Amino acid sequence: MAALEIHNVRKEFGSEQVLKNVSISIDSGEFLILVGPSGCGKSTLMNAIAGLEPVTSGNIYIDGEDVTWRTPADRDIAMVFQSYALYPSMTVRQNISFGLEMRKVPKAEREQAVERVADLLQITHLLERKPAQLSGGQRQRVAMGRALAREPKVYLFDEPLSNLDAKLRVDMRTEIKKLHQRLGTTIVYVTHDQVEAMTLADCIAVMRDGNILQLGTPDEVYNNPVDMFVAGFMGSPSMNFIRATLEAAGDGYVLRIATPGEDDVLLPWPSERNVAGLVEQLDKPIILGLRPEHFSEEDVRLSEQAEGTLMEAKVSVVEPTGADILLRLPLGEQEITARVGPKCAIAPGERLSLRVDMARAVLFDAETEQRLA
Amino acid sequence: MANVIRRQTPAARLGRGLLYGVLILAALFYILPLVVMLMTSVKPLSEISAGTLLSLPQNPTLEPWAKAWGEACTGMRCDGIGGYFWNSFAIVIPAVLISTTIGALNGYALTKWRFKGSELVFALMLFGCFIPFQVVLLPMAQTLGWLGISSSRAGLILVHVVFGIAFTTLFFRNFYVGIPNELVSAAKLDGAGFFRIFWRILLPVSAPIIVVSVIWQFTQIWNDFLFGVAFSAHNTQPVTVALNNLVNTSTGVREYNVDMAAAMIAALPTLVVYVLAGKYFVRGLTAGSVKG
Repeated sequence: MAALEIHNVRKEFGSEQVLKNVSISIDSGEFLILVGPSGCGKSTLMNAIAGLEPVTSGNIYIDGEDVTWRTPADRDIAMVFQSYALYPSMTVRQNISFGLEMRKVPKAEREQAVERVADLLQITHLLERKPAQLSGGQRQRVAMGRALAREPKVYLFDEPLSNLDAKLRVDMRTEIKKLHQRLGTTIVYVTHDQVEAMTLADCIAVMRDGNILQLGTPDEVYNNPVDMFVAGFMGSPSMNFIRATLEAAGDGYVLRIATPGEDDVLLPWPSERNVAGLVEQLDKPIILGLRPEHFSEEDVRLSEQAEGTLMEAKVSVVEPTGADILLRLPLGEQEITARVGPKCAIAPGERLSLRVDMARAVLFDAETEQRLA
Repeated sequence: MANVIRRQTPAARLGRGLLYGVLILAALFYILPLVVMLMTSVKPLSEISAGTLLSLPQNPTLEPWAKAWGEACTGMRCDGIGGYFWNSFAIVIPAVLISTTIGALNGYALTKWRFKGSELVFALMLFGCFIPFQVVLLPMAQTLGWLGISSSRAGLILVHVVFGIAFTTLFFRNFYVGIPNELVSAAKLDGAGFFRIFWRILLPVSAPIIVVSVIWQFTQIWNDFLFGVAFSAHNTQPVTVALNNLVNTSTGVREYNVDMAAAMIAALPTLVVYVLAGKYFVRGLTAGSVKG
């Protein structure tokens, strides 16, 4: 049975549609991440699940029960807020046990629950402090502890890490993942950080303008995006979108990238990836999507079978990140980013021969931005 | 306080000196009426007629204070303003408590439980801050008559509560706007209801604005004269009205020392409130959001 099912949910503020017919279903123990740019409706959807805002139409089921019109308290959920929302006048201990107290759990059990989560999150030494005396990371832990104490059916995390500094954010991310693996809880997690989405999720819902564009595993969303928005949103540095023309070449196709003043770059489309629709795109502009890691130096072999295609371009900027080097290369009308190994000795202005892994390339319609192949 | 970094040149020191000189003069000028009142209130009558306003009392006496408290004539009765002093307390304390409580609940509801038209309700309440007292005298008299509480303490309390709510609501609303809504959302998810959230989450952090509201209401109601004179009977008069009667009741010679002592007595509670809670007043008015 689905732990959480969202069925045709719409939400309107006046004439503005914030959620347009959203449907999602996740199983017990699954980690769902709602990701998208600000204003895409992900927080509204979260509030609708929590019962903090009523939906205009549609239904929400938790553990098979219709909770659409229940109060937040009656939904058996817990939420971790972006600002943590710790009760400022209460100690950490009181913060954690407040929800249990409101649910009339006997004092002894409350104490037990507090000890359990404090132990789990290593905040036992902070129990008597007030929130104002805690650092950002400690507040974050207390906020999670407050959610964990009640052992609800579904946990909601609303951008819980966005107020932490970069290093702490990575640490807490790992910790949330560990907690999830250990406790097997059902989690809905809102973020605008695609790295958080990729690393944590069992299932990612990419949202934009109140719609879910794609719902799938991190691997599906990353390697098999449905359109240019999803492709561009997931991954950092983001996918290169290269304007090209699809031409016939023998049995198959070739992509011609116009480079003024030089010979056009021709990239053959792998025949095993031909799809029926491509024929209609012949001689029309098309968008070729290649991630930075789909490029490599000439002497790096992709695999036993795949040779890739060689292509030459002039390097304009070299950005070493330590683990690898990001190269910026003008190609046709745009500048592309390629990720090469850290040993690559190249200076700006030099020409470089790159191997392109066309087997992993994707094609988009230039007008509708939808995926073609 | 951050110190201003500045080189101590002679010119700068002179400027500083001048600045302080002017400020000290202004402060002295400001406190002068109080000093004169205080001095006059402890002089015997003979000294007042012989000396000047600023001459120091030669034989200080508390007799004028005793007379003002217990014997001076206010109109037809001659039992001082002591009784009216307690009258004022009997009116002010319930009025302050009730108006502050209602203001807090209003502010809470208007910010954390928004409803359709809550902004309009707030705008109308704000408008209430600008209604002149004189405008409502007649309708209020009529209303108190209908309710059967005209000329009673209860009537005066009601009037002050009704007028005070506009201000207290404004105070609490502006304070609660700065408290993150997520706190209330979290408490809702934890299972707390309207009053529980107010009592357990918001009220414990409201001390600064409660102080502001109490001081403001206390001074306003204590110092009120118009409502006091319009809606009270001789036995329910607040001290301000009694003071006026005392000063205006002439029995031959004018007893300035008694008048001054009575005025000091009437002003004392507000002074005490300011001295005790003044710093919280400023702190509360400038208090922003509470970090959770």
